[in-house]
Amino acid sequence: MIQTSIIAWILRAVQFGTIIMFGSMGEILTEKSGNLNLGVPGIMYLGAFAGFASAYLYENGTPAPIGIVCILLALISAFLAAAFGGLIYSFLTITLRANQNVTGLALTTFGMGVANFFGAYLLQGEVYTAAPVTNAAFTAKIPGLSSIPVVGEAVFSYGFLAYAAIICAIILHWFLNKTRTGLNLRAVGENPGTADAAGIDVTKYKYLATVIGAGISGIGGLYYVLDYNNGIWATTGQIEALGWLAVALVIFTTWKPLNAIWGAYLFGLLYWLYNFLPKLLGATDVERTQSLYQMIPYLVTILVLIVVSMRRKRESQPPASLGLAYFREER
Amino acid sequence: MENTHTSDAITLVGITKTFGEVVANKNVSLSIRRGEVLSLLGENGSGKTTLMNILSGIYYPDEGQVFVGGKEVAIRSPGDSFALGIGMIHQHFKLVDVFTAAENIVLGLEGHGKFDLRAVGEKVRAICERYGFDITPEQKVYDMTVSQKQTLEIVKVLYRGADILILDEPTAVLTPQETEKLFGVIREMKKDGKAIVIITHKLHEVLSVSDRVSILRKGEYIGTVDTKDATEISLTEMMVGKKVTLDIERKMPVDPVKRLSVKNLSITGEDGIKVLDNITFDAMGGEILGIAGISGCGQKELLEAIAGLKIVDEGSVIEFIEPDTGKADSLIGKTPRQIKNMGVTLSFVPEDRLGMGLVASMGMTDNMMLKSYEQGHSFFVERKQPHDLAEEIKDDLAVVTPSINTPVRRLSGGNVQKVLVGREIAAAPAVLMTAYAVRGLDIGTSYQIYNLLSEQKDKGIAVMYVGEDLDVLIDLCDRILVLCAGRLTGIVDGRTATKEQLGLLMTKADSGEGKAAHE
Amino acid sequence: MNKAESTAVREPLIRLAKQDGVPMKKKVGIRAAAIVLALLIDAIFIVLVTKLNPIQVYAEMFKGTFETSLRFMWAMRDMVSLLCIGIALAPAFKMRFWNIGAEGQVLMGGFATALCMMYCQNLPTPVLFLVMVITSILCGAIWGMVPAIFKARWNTNETLFTLMMNYVAIQLVAYATNILRGQASSLGTINMGTKIGWFPKIAGHDFTLNIIIVAVLTVVMFIYLKHTKHGYEISVVGESENTARYAGIDVAKVTIRTMLISGAICGLCGFIIVAGNKHTIATNTAGGNGFTAIIVAWLAKFNTFYMALISFMLIFLEKGAGQIASSFGLNDFITDIISGIILFCILGSEFFINYRLIFRHKK
Repeated sequence: MIQTSIIAWILRAVQFGTIIMFGSMGEILTEKSGNLNLGVPGIMYLGAFAGFASAYLYENGTPAPIGIVCILLALISAFLAAAFGGLIYSFLTITLRANQNVTGLALTTFGMGVANFFGAYLLQGEVYTAAPVTNAAFTAKIPGLSSIPVVGEAVFSYGFLAYAAIICAIILHWFLNKTRTGLNLRAVGENPGTADAAGIDVTKYKYLATVIGAGISGIGGLYYVLDYNNGIWATTGQIEALGWLAVALVIFTTWKPLNAIWGAYLFGLLYWLYNFLPKLLGATDVERTQSLYQMIPYLVTILVLIVVSMRRKRESQPPASLGLAYFREER
Repeated sequence: MENTHTSDAITLVGITKTFGEVVANKNVSLSIRRGEVLSLLGENGSGKTTLMNILSGIYYPDEGQVFVGGKEVAIRSPGDSFALGIGMIHQHFKLVDVFTAAENIVLGLEGHGKFDLRAVGEKVRAICERYGFDITPEQKVYDMTVSQKQTLEIVKVLYRGADILILDEPTAVLTPQETEKLFGVIREMKKDGKAIVIITHKLHEVLSVSDRVSILRKGEYIGTVDTKDATEISLTEMMVGKKVTLDIERKMPVDPVKRLSVKNLSITGEDGIKVLDNITFDAMGGEILGIAGISGCGQKELLEAIAGLKIVDEGSVIEFIEPDTGKADSLIGKTPRQIKNMGVTLSFVPEDRLGMGLVASMGMTDNMMLKSYEQGHSFFVERKQPHDLAEEIKDDLAVVTPSINTPVRRLSGGNVQKVLVGREIAAAPAVLMTAYAVRGLDIGTSYQIYNLLSEQKDKGIAVMYVGEDLDVLIDLCDRILVLCAGRLTGIVDGRTATKEQLGLLMTKADSGEGKAAHE
Repeated sequence: MNKAESTAVREPLIRLAKQDGVPMKKKVGIRAAAIVLALLIDAIFIVLVTKLNPIQVYAEMFKGTFETSLRFMWAMRDMVSLLCIGIALAPAFKMRFWNIGAEGQVLMGGFATALCMMYCQNLPTPVLFLVMVITSILCGAIWGMVPAIFKARWNTNETLFTLMMNYVAIQLVAYATNILRGQASSLGTINMGTKIGWFPKIAGHDFTLNIIIVAVLTVVMFIYLKHTKHGYEISVVGESENTARYAGIDVAKVTIRTMLISGAICGLCGFIIVAGNKHTIATNTAGGNGFTAIIVAWLAKFNTFYMALISFMLIFLEKGAGQIASSFGLNDFITDIISGIILFCILGSEFFINYRLIFRHKK
């Protein structure tokens, strides 16, 4: 009994964690270039909608939709739509040197608007609509392994994107720390003047990191709709909250992708704690106190933020030029 | 140009660069040759760094041509500059603090094959061994001393195989030993056939290391001479445009009284290094006390400590002697506001005019209020007096500004300084401290400032003048205090001091022999 | 070598230079051009998506705010909620303190008001209002001050801290409403019958007081920033902390005091929203205005009168979009798209005020 509860809890937490892991990995990449993109929620909306819409239209336009096509279509559309959001942000903040915070917030509004405006066309007056074939493709479990008791259930019964997230985090870690390009990117975020003097094309790096980062964040939105939310599209504010949680996770990880893996699952466990407490501890009335548990990730993030600023450990600080525009001839 | 383009590493023809209203380089032409050290000599603000930044791809010239190896090129970015084999070591280091030495070195390099920091480390170690540098590839920049950072900059350029090296005031932060070592390295590189440019305003360095000297004055190219034919005097003449007979009126101090007493003042920096080490001196009302030293030897910290802006070590004493009663008030541990509330008027013209002394985005009127705005009990600010003061300063010091409400950042350097000095003098201080008060100013404005300071001295104010130009220090100040690497190495009489004497004191503390030798 | 040779002897096509002191006329012109451009983009968007005549659509938009006087009053009501937060953010932003936490600060203020309305019903009305004002200001101020204390002491990143504080507030209110609603599905309007703690109706609306309060605040904040010693200190700290210390200003004190004021006004805004308008509390009581107001405050460059103008423009859009939505059967998320595009254009236009483009001159 308790075992099943724990497994169910882990299942939920890992799925939840996967959404924000994608979101925060994209944002880590972006922030490493010195861009603080507060448009993550908007970007995740764009990814979620584009991914769902393309799969939905394909499913309803084809007599016998194929799972793999659904996946490719959804992934590519989500990535591109989210990357487009990143491109708007990049153009405004990098080329036109607009304020990053304000631009990011405007992008959040814009992305949310676009997703829900066009989403309404898909809903056609209904409260929700679904893309079942795509959902099935995204949630397909690994045959065999997932039926191993306990371990299989807790470790091998997720859609492929959950594993992709972990691989993505490892690749990102490797990229940032073990490659020339990653080194150059970090230099851009730390000290663009130095990077520029070293012959690094600051503008190009900032653009690419922000656009690709946005694309990765967008996958988080896609995962939310097509896997976590069972392939159901509805007009909701849920993604916005997830987007901000992804931003929180970036701080929590102290800008290190590997920390995002366990950090995301921890956030997931905390977020779903309320649902499993009664079964685990016999706690009652949890429905009413769920918000308090859901507050914990934010509190923990604040704590990390404070501790990091107090310890002043150089390696745990935000990229030094985070939030600042770069202009070479500034004097 | 006396030589053909092809034999020169770099030839500049008719370079002009302006920043807004300010002309940094005006029609400059010069050449840099291989196997030779060229000194680029000029006073502060003569456009040396701007000119070299054009070569390093930081700035793009408004007019003029650049030839590298005889071919005309356009250097649009630092990347272009590298590709042409030009490496610049900036005065303000271009290093990423959280990176290791090796990471900083490979930054921005196009790589072939696997990215192997260990291999980079080996190559770096080889370079270090060859020239006797003391850095390790794994060391983080934030753990490095200033001279190590500079070494790293040089290694970085060498690693990239640059054959044209530009060093921007490389000795400003170095001890004499480190300087000598650097010059050794430079001579070594010269032998390898590299072209080397040193930007400097120190004549003895020019004479000791370079083959030719090109001189800039106020952005204009004055000429190039062979070092063997040059003397300090001939170079100074080219640099300042006329013989250095400073015509500063210096009266004898009229019965100087002790106004400020500093004893055993020490400041420990964040990294545990003593920025100031056991400084003891008195400042007298009615005299100008000069403070000489290589930049970064604690001058800034000394003035800021007195102004209440720096935390000092235990045991330090800073006392203000009240003019009327002769009572000594300790200033230790007091904020600028508290010092002011004690009735002690300290005026301070800091080195960073727009970043500390003034609010760049405010006009003259609002800047006048900076240290006096909290007067009176009203919740509201009073702008009538500051406005009148601004008008007065504008007229008295001939400040050129469209209006007294124009943001001061839009004024030229000289006018900004007039606003700042004017305000500080208007506060009728008992002590007036100035840091590099004439840096970047033209001769006329500089003299205006010297005269203002002399007037203050005649009024019985204790004036402290941190300067870099030894001629001025000797001609303006009554006594000169010399700092070297945070230690006081001597206090000499301005009327009898010689440049050689000061120069010696400025480099003394590095002999490694314990405490400073002041009486 | 090759690289440089192949790029030929041309200076870059376009170069940038900072510029300062652009004449007012040109600034206004650039911003107007930005809005026109935004409306054009929006028009193209509308045509492509809805096949409607954009001029007709824009004409319809006017009705959202101006069709009836009641609609106009509603627009004013919503505008002052937004403006009030903008006013609250002005001193913080002027100090270069990125208070992204207005949403949470407003919510805490509103929460305090709602609790007073529910649990202090027995107090005489003036006392009740006094308690409501004080508690909501206090709650908002605390929410604003906590990040400021850490910023002042340890230089903790305030953008991220205040952002997180929003969600702490939202979850706190979610928790409280879950408890307070009892068996009902939502909290509903508080004191529906007795109207205890509701603003009195003035000129037919209970939100008239909101408009008056915010109008007064607009003027007061303008004067505070421009003509008081506090305002002067804020400007100096915002410009350069070094200069502030040089001038003897206690930077930590100013930071904390200013955020206290910023949070307090946000709290007050929560108070007027709950007492004068919504009469209930929910996680969406601030309705995203806490974020929108950041844009308002930034674009207005901390001038509260410009803020009024920009707030009005945004509310006009919102109301207009609602009108379009109902007239043409669209959904009102179109507001977010239209205002998003306008904001992008205005944000981008600042570039042409701050920088000068230098095109390659012909040789």
